[in-house]
Amino acid sequence: MANSSHDHGHGHDDHGHGPAIHVSLREYVIGFLLSVVLTAIPFWLVMSGVIADKQTTGLVITAFAAVQVVVHMVYFLHMSGKVEDGWNLMALLFTILLVAIILAGTLWVMFHLNHNMMPAMPKMDGMG
Amino acid sequence: MSTAELTGQYYDLHEHDHPEGGSTMLGFWLYLMSDCLIFGMLFATFGVLGGNYAGGPGPKALFDLPLVAVNTAMLLFSSITYGFAMIAMQNGKKNAVLLWLAVTGLFGATFLGIELYEFNHLIHEGAGPQRSAFLSAFFTLVGTHGLHVTFGTIWLVTLMVQLAKHGLTAANQRRVMCLSMFWHFLDVVWIGVFTFVYLMGVLR
Repeated sequence: MANSSHDHGHGHDDHGHGPAIHVSLREYVIGFLLSVVLTAIPFWLVMSGVIADKQTTGLVITAFAAVQVVVHMVYFLHMSGKVEDGWNLMALLFTILLVAIILAGTLWVMFHLNHNMMPAMPKMDGMG
Repeated sequence: MSTAELTGQYYDLHEHDHPEGGSTMLGFWLYLMSDCLIFGMLFATFGVLGGNYAGGPGPKALFDLPLVAVNTAMLLFSSITYGFAMIAMQNGKKNAVLLWLAVTGLFGATFLGIELYEFNHLIHEGAGPQRSAFLSAFFTLVGTHGLHVTFGTIWLVTLMVQLAKHGLTAANQRRVMCLSMFWHFLDVVWIGVFTFVYLMGVLR
């Protein structure tokens, strides 16, 4: 145990304090082109209303957003299991888990609360 | 065996040599993750309150999608120009870094200008944050993102001054990389904003 701890910090010495990750023009251009496409399609879907069913459109644009987040993570934020011995990725996955719990939990609880609290109330939309 | 020896077997008592700034990137990433939690909660709040118009105007009447599309494009352009700054830094070209940072800052400022125009327009239409729960949640979420971009832009200008004065030193390179994470992270949050606030809002 005592010896293994000396392995920390390897890799810092060989390239001084310079950037730990290598960036390339190719990466940024691919990331940019992908995100332009992944942004344009959802806007086009909603603005033109090609898919008549709104729920389907909603699901499709959610899927596009999820893919675009991954694209940004990989090509712009250079996320991978190799950076910082994987601690970056670990922190990210943990945060995603927490955000998922916050979002799903909040929406679930509050939807049911609304549902149970006003069973026969008239809709308030459009009233002054 | 003395207590000290035993302790030494289980715990690492000797300080290692920590290269200056060696843990900055991870630390900054952890900060961004905590920021991500803030946005997660604001998104959850918007998800709960986003349909409560209190008889006021809804997203369909208020949101101007072409304007949002232009705004999104501004952030996307600023992302790739920041990438160009990173590449210039890798090649050790200080002036090119400064140029691309300036272009990035201009896109960021344009984004903020358009957002302020939109907010101003909404408030003048009587759709300010106090109008309904939907609008309170909208202004809080989108405003928090805008505030981040504002601070990012201030940071960017500060960094340009530092770069111009001291050049591409190790500390400055680290700062450029931290701001790059901050900037791209804000772009990721914006994906959530345009999808769930604007596009879903208009679909509703």
